Amino acid sequence: MTSARKRLAGGLLLASIFFFGSVNDAQAIPAFARKYGLRCSACHEAWPMLNYFGQKFKDNGYQLMNDRDSPIWQNPSYWPATFRITPQWHRDSSDKVAVDQAAAGQRQITSTGFDLSGLDFHTGGTLEKNISFYVLPSSNPSGSFHFETVMGRLDNLFGSPWLNLKFGKFELDNLVSEKRILTLTSISGVYETYHFIPVGDGNIFGRIGDTQLGVEWMGHSLNDRTRVSAALLSSNDGNVMLSNGANSYSGFFAASQAFDAGKLGVQRIGAYAMIGQAPTTYFTQGGGVTVLNGAIGNKSFHREGFVGLFYLGKLDFQVVTQHGWDNAWFGAGYGQGPPFNNGPGVTLPPGSRAPTWNGYLVETHYVYSPQLIFIQRSEWERMSRQALPTNPSNLGNIDMYTFGYRYYPIMTSRAGFAWHNEYSWVRQQGMAPDGFALTNSSLLLGFDFDF
Amino acid sequence: MRTNIREWSLLASAVVLLVSPCVCRAQITEYQQHQWLRMESHIGNLTGHARAAEMDYRRYCVGCHGELGDGNGENAPWVDPKPRDFELAIFKCRSTPTGTLPTDEDLFNSIARGLDRSNMPQWSTFTKQMRADLVAWVKHFSPRWQTEKPGTPIQIPPEPEVTADRIKDGQAVFQKVECWKCHGVTGKANGPSAATLTDDQNRPISAYDFTEGARPKCGDTDQDLYRIFMTGLDGTPMPSFADNIKPDEAWDLVFYLRTLEPQKSKEKEIAKQLGLKPVAPSTAPAAAPPQ
Ligand code: HEC
Ligand code: HEC
Repeated sequence: MTSARKRLAGGLLLASIFFFGSVNDAQAIPAFARKYGLRCSACHEAWPMLNYFGQKFKDNGYQLMNDRDSPIWQNPSYWPATFRITPQWHRDSSDKVAVDQAAAGQRQITSTGFDLSGLDFHTGGTLEKNISFYVLPSSNPSGSFHFETVMGRLDNLFGSPWLNLKFGKFELDNLVSEKRILTLTSISGVYETYHFIPVGDGNIFGRIGDTQLGVEWMGHSLNDRTRVSAALLSSNDGNVMLSNGANSYSGFFAASQAFDAGKLGVQRIGAYAMIGQAPTTYFTQGGGVTVLNGAIGNKSFHREGFVGLFYLGKLDFQVVTQHGWDNAWFGAGYGQGPPFNNGPGVTLPPGSRAPTWNGYLVETHYVYSPQLIFIQRSEWERMSRQALPTNPSNLGNIDMYTFGYRYYPIMTSRAGFAWHNEYSWVRQQGMAPDGFALTNSSLLLGFDFDF
Repeated sequence: MRTNIREWSLLASAVVLLVSPCVCRAQITEYQQHQWLRMESHIGNLTGHARAAEMDYRRYCVGCHGELGDGNGENAPWVDPKPRDFELAIFKCRSTPTGTLPTDEDLFNSIARGLDRSNMPQWSTFTKQMRADLVAWVKHFSPRWQTEKPGTPIQIPPEPEVTADRIKDGQAVFQKVECWKCHGVTGKANGPSAATLTDDQNRPISAYDFTEGARPKCGDTDQDLYRIFMTGLDGTPMPSFADNIKPDEAWDLVFYLRTLEPQKSKEKEIAKQLGLKPVAPSTAPAAAPPQ
C-alpha cells in the first residue's frame, strides 16, 4: 500500500471518527415520558440507553399497549417533539499529525475549548393505535441538517406481536444501540466495532451503526423475551437520492432471547448478521465526472456478531463480538468511487485477498442509582487477514478505551439533564504519518440535555 | 434593646412550635417505617423483601404513586384514573372477598398485567423476584398489612360446558341483579346509572364497556371475569355479587358476558343462533336507557 493511500485512508478514518463523534444523534424522548406520565428512568437505564422496559415500549411501536396509546387520548395541544444538544468543553489530542512547520514533518497537536454538539430534533409517536412514526432531523455542530431517521411503522398486524413493519430510514435492530450510546467524546461517540473497515478498504456501506434505508420486519413475544428481525436495505449507508449503491441491497438479521436470572436480573443473548452487496463500478460522463446513480459491479461483504447483555444487580456488561469480511475488490479500495473504479481492463493488485477482521466490545455500567451511572468501554479491532500480503499484519488494528460518568441531577417526566464527564483514548496501528501507531485522546465535560 | 430580645424570643418560640410537630411526626414515621420496611411477600416459593425494591420503586413507580405511596407522584395531576393510594390498601384486582386485603399473588399479577385503560403499565419485563420485592414494598406503605390478614380467596368451581341454556340463564342473571343499570342492556356502559357513577374519592368513573373489545383491568380469562363480579373492584362502584349470585349462576353470567363482546367466541355464535335480544329494562323499575 502506498503511503499516499495510507494517508488518505487514515485521514478518512480520522475524519469519520470526528464527524460521527460530533453528531451523536441519540434518542431519548421526553415527549414519550410526557405522554404517558413516566419518568425517563422507567424506559432508560440511563438516558439515552434503553432498559428492557424501554426496549419493549419501542418494540410495541412506542406503545404501552394499555388501550390509551392512540393520540385521540392526548390533550389536543400535545405535540410529540423533543430536542437534544450538548454544550461542552473538550480537549482533543493527536500525538502525530503531519505538519509542514515541524522538523520531523509531524508533531503532536492538542486543542481545547468550549464547543457544541450537533442538535437532534426528535418527533415521534403514534398516529393511531398500532401506527406510528419517527422523524429525526439532525444537525452537525455548525447547523447543517440531514435526516437521521424517518420512518413509518405498522405494529401488531392482525393482532400479532410477531408482525411489525418499519419502512424508511432507521437504526438497525442492534441490541447495543449506537444511537443510544452513553459515551460522547470525539473518539467514543460511535462503536468502533460497528464501523471498522480495514485500512485502504473502499466499502463504505456495511456500517452497522448507521441508520439505513429499507424495510424491516420484527417479531417479538408478548413480554419481549424473544425477539427476531430481518431487514432489506439499500446498500448506500442511509444516503438519500439513490446515490452510490442504487441497485444493490443488503440484509440485516437479528435474534435474541432473554432469561430471568432471579436476583441478578434479566439477561439477554443474541446474534446478528449483515450480508450484502455494493457496487465497485461507477459510470462517468464528460470526461471523468462520476454519475452516482446506477453504479454496477456489485461485490459482496458480510458481518456477523454475537451480543450479550449481562446483569449482576447494579453492575452490567454489554458484550459484542463481530467478524467482518469484505470482497477483495473492496479490500483494494474499490467501492467508494473514482479514482477507484472497477472499469474494463482494471485488475486487482497482485496477491489481493478478501480482508477479514474481528472486533470485540465490552461496555460496563455501574448504576449507582437512577441518577448516577459510571461507564467504561473497551474495544479492540484486530485484522485477521490483510487485503495485501505486503501490509504489516497489524495494520489498522485499533485499541479504544473510554471511561466516565453521567450524573442526572433531576429525575422527572418532563425533561432530561445530565452532567457528562468522560475521557477516551484510541490507538490505531500504522496510521501515523511516519507509518507507526497513531494515538488520540479526548476529554469532554458537558451538559447533555433534552426537553 | 428589650423589644429586640422579646422579638427574638417570640420568633424562636414560633419556630420551635412550628418545627416540633414535624419532629414528632418524623420520629413516629421513622420508627414505623423501620418496622414496615421489614415487610415481606410470599408468592409460591419466592420471598420478596420491601427494602430490595426501594430503588426499583424510585426508578419505575414513584412518578405516579409518589414517594409516600399516596398516589401523589408528580404525574398524578395529569393521570386519570388516578394512581392507586397504597396507604389505603384498597385494590381493584383481588381474588379475595370485597373489603379484604388482596393476596400477595394478586398484587404480583397486577404489577405484570398492568391496568388497561389507565396509565398503569404492564411491568411484564421484570424478573419474578423484582415483582415479589415490589409487592412487599407496596404493602409497606399501609398499616393495614400490620393488623389485618389478606382475605381467603374465593372458590371458583370448574368451568362447565357452554350451552344455549346456560347463556339464556346468564342473561336472566344479568337482568335480575341489574348489571345493566351501569353497564347498559347491550353492555355499552350506558345504563341509567352510568352517567353519575363516582369512585371512593368522588371522582367520576365510567362502567366497563363490553362492546369496545378492551381488556378488563383484572384479566380477561373466563376465571378472571368470574372473579371480577364475585369479588368486586374495591374503591369503585363495581360491587361484589358474591351474596346475590350462586357459583353455578356465576358461570352462566360469564358466558352471557362473552356474547356482549365484539370478539368471536363460541358464546357469541350460540347467541346469534338463539337470536338473543338485549335484556328488557322495562321489566325493571328504572327508566329505560336511550338505545
Ligand atoms: C404512569 C403512572 C404509573 C406508574 C409509573 C405506575 N403506576 Fe401503578 N397505577 C397507576 C394507576 C393510574 C393505577 C390505577 C389504575 C386504575 O385504577 O384503573 C395504578 C394501580 C396500581 C396498583 C393497584 C392494582 C389494583 O388492583 O388496584 C398497583 C399494585 C400498582 N399500580 C403498582 C405499581 C408498581 C409496583 C409500579 C412500578 C413498578 C407502578 N404501579 C407504576 C399508575 C402508575
Ligand atoms: C353500580 C354500577 C355497577 C353495577 C351494578 C355493575 N357494575 Fe360492573 N363495573 C362498574 C364500574 C364503574 C366498572 C369500572 C371499574 C373500573 O374501571 O375501575 C365496572 C367494571 C366491570 C367489569 C370490568 C372489570 C375490569 O377488570 O376492568 C366487569 C367484567 C363488570 N363490571 C361486570 C359486571 C357484572 C357482570 C355486573 C352484574 C353482575 C356488574 N358489573 C354490575 C359498575 C357497575
